[in-house]
Amino acid sequence: MKKNRMTLVRAFGFSLAMIGLCGFVYPLILTGAAQVLFPFQANGSLIEVQGKPIASALVGQDFTDERLFHGRPSAYRYNTYTAEEAAAGSGGGLASGSQNYAPSNPALTERIEKDVERFLAENPTVKRQEIPSDLVTASGSGLDPHISVEAARVQVDRIVANTGLSRTEVETLIDEAVEEKVLGIFGETKVNVVRLNLALARRLGMI
Amino acid sequence: MIQIICTLVLFLLILFPVGNYIYHISAGKKTWADPLFDRVDNVIFKSLRIDRSPMSWKQYALHLLLVNACLVAAGYLILRLQSVLFLNPNQIGNMEESLSFNTIISFMTNTNLQHYSGESGLTYFSQMAVIIMMMFTSAASGYAACVAMVRGLLGQRMGNFYEDFTRITTRFLIPAALLVGLFLVWQGVPQTLASNITVTTLEGKFQNLARGPIAALESIKHLGTNGGGFLGANSSTPLENPTILTNLAELYSMMILPAACVVTFGRMAYDTLRQRKAANTKISLSQTDSARGKGMGKEGRTIFLVMSLLFLLGLGLCFWSESQGNFAVENSGIVQPAGNMEGKEVRFGIAQSSLFTTVTTSFTTGTVNNMHDTLTPMGGLVPLLHMMLNVVFGGAGVGLMNMLVYVIIAVFICGLMIGRTPEYLNKKIEGREMKLAALCLIIHPLLILGFSALAVACQSGLEGITNPGFHGLTQVLYEFSSSAANNGSGFEGLADNTLFWNVTTGMAMFFGRYISIVLQLGIAGSLMKKGCVSTSAGTLRTDTPTFAVVLVVVVYLFAALTFLPALALGPIAEALTLGI
Repeated sequence: MKKNRMTLVRAFGFSLAMIGLCGFVYPLILTGAAQVLFPFQANGSLIEVQGKPIASALVGQDFTDERLFHGRPSAYRYNTYTAEEAAAGSGGGLASGSQNYAPSNPALTERIEKDVERFLAENPTVKRQEIPSDLVTASGSGLDPHISVEAARVQVDRIVANTGLSRTEVETLIDEAVEEKVLGIFGETKVNVVRLNLALARRLGMI
Repeated sequence: MIQIICTLVLFLLILFPVGNYIYHISAGKKTWADPLFDRVDNVIFKSLRIDRSPMSWKQYALHLLLVNACLVAAGYLILRLQSVLFLNPNQIGNMEESLSFNTIISFMTNTNLQHYSGESGLTYFSQMAVIIMMMFTSAASGYAACVAMVRGLLGQRMGNFYEDFTRITTRFLIPAALLVGLFLVWQGVPQTLASNITVTTLEGKFQNLARGPIAALESIKHLGTNGGGFLGANSSTPLENPTILTNLAELYSMMILPAACVVTFGRMAYDTLRQRKAANTKISLSQTDSARGKGMGKEGRTIFLVMSLLFLLGLGLCFWSESQGNFAVENSGIVQPAGNMEGKEVRFGIAQSSLFTTVTTSFTTGTVNNMHDTLTPMGGLVPLLHMMLNVVFGGAGVGLMNMLVYVIIAVFICGLMIGRTPEYLNKKIEGREMKLAALCLIIHPLLILGFSALAVACQSGLEGITNPGFHGLTQVLYEFSSSAANNGSGFEGLADNTLFWNVTTGMAMFFGRYISIVLQLGIAGSLMKKGCVSTSAGTLRTDTPTFAVVLVVVVYLFAALTFLPALALGPIAEALTLGI
């Protein structure tokens, strides 16, 4: 009997030691090292304008301004909400994910159709078959900061019409924002909409 | 395509050095890091006065279960009380009973099925003391059981549970997690104890941004083939997986331990067989022989080849199907040169997404970098099938254990066909082992199909389904396959945070994990006691390509016999109706 109790006590003591080692010592050492070596990244890669955080370089936003580039549809609208919504008590949540519509789900066809029509209304010069598919499909996280290069190019006409910038100026901004594949092999060629819009906003004097 | 090939070739380059290191840890051989780690281990063992002598298989299994039980009890308490404990800057409440039950089983069994969302469901304290802690301990438990089983099969003593558990934790998991974690932070994954933050955007709107000790969780989540995300959308979120480099780091982290276990098994088997041969023939061991064992030995190579073949077949199907595009998008008159982008991230595209999907379900990690619910029907069939097989590398340790059970079955079937006594690694396979192996094989489909049948037969199960038609059944099958295989990924559309789903999946995870481990240790314990038969011309060789092919066929045959009807009603029917 005594032997059994000792077995249990040892197993319990060992468990506590592991909780301490793996649950506290390890994450705290990593936090310390991260804060010392990479403080910008460790705190969320926040981009500041005049001392105030305006975005995270990693997380997309629900851009709707007709002068700016728009991102992909998001199930959670990138956790973005307006002051009115905040006052009304809606919005202000924190989530991530997609609507999880199967390809055979009629709700997916409906959503895509709605996004296609809105895009065509906002960009009257673009034809349906010219819309890149990433602009009408929702990302997995609902926070995707990127769009394809074609998806940025297809919005140029609208931005030129609404901002008064020349076509070459807008196209140069896109070219500067293009992120290539690593070593030409890994990943995809893409544009970070948040960074691109910040560059565009600086040009327009918005910030 | 080139991208996928390069990614896999790079993996082979890092596998052998790491596999070699794990082999040294497992076999108790010397490594360069011993002076440091011996000291750490001695502190743990001396202060707790733990006996380091070898155990019988029953003692080994008992201590594994005891430690797991203690961790479950402590973790459950923390989840239920998290709101009043410290490190709760985002004011998160306590977790409800059935969800806590599900969560705690999920993490202890290395499943990491999540019916909560990390952003709103857990405090930083719980993320660290429960989730991160269990990610280490469940992986170490699985690995320990695997090493013990391999020793048993090889006729060695089973070893000491605490010793195996501690060695893998302090010598591999913690140092590797620190390195990978720092790499992830460098690439942009947050690691802070500060609260979430609200920013005012360019357009004057507000945006809530999640933060926390994400990198610490992220690295061990993959290294331990755990898979539960800090955030709801797991590794698809740019905070957990911001760049292609983090994606590669996460892929390699989750592949390394299961693959290294195969290398370890191969080297240990090689050593033992060589010693036996030397003892029989009284020839001294030559240098060339030891050089030949440097790879993974012939027995290990057979298993590695079989697993790789199964993996590549699945990957090919998934990649092909995803590059065909999404039916609904095509229907709207949109061209899709990039393939099915619904539920995928632009930075990963089809190639890295289908690779991640196949890896996460083959190595039973369960982390996702795209949403599996929105995969094309055949693209979604692959992860489902690999969890049903549960032997394509598999989770830390247990995948190899499952494959060894299939090997025993294959040896037995071959033995029947050619009229020879079945043997594996010079041990006779007899009635007792076959009974245990058959039980092992039956439990997995029984859990998946039994619980799925229950779910579609009662209202509270049906209420979880969110996609109409055949896809609804796939959602149910996927959830239970993921639970029973201790994978943890999901067709996330399923509304699964209800009493029914929390309890049923909790049970599937529990039985899927512990019954198999105990049975497999039982098989090893029984083989361990037997004397060795010497290799003769009549022995069926298990280190040949022919046997590898037989093994692949046996695996697929069992899957087809048990799961084909269910698959035909789910993903296959959906694919046919969409005309693919």
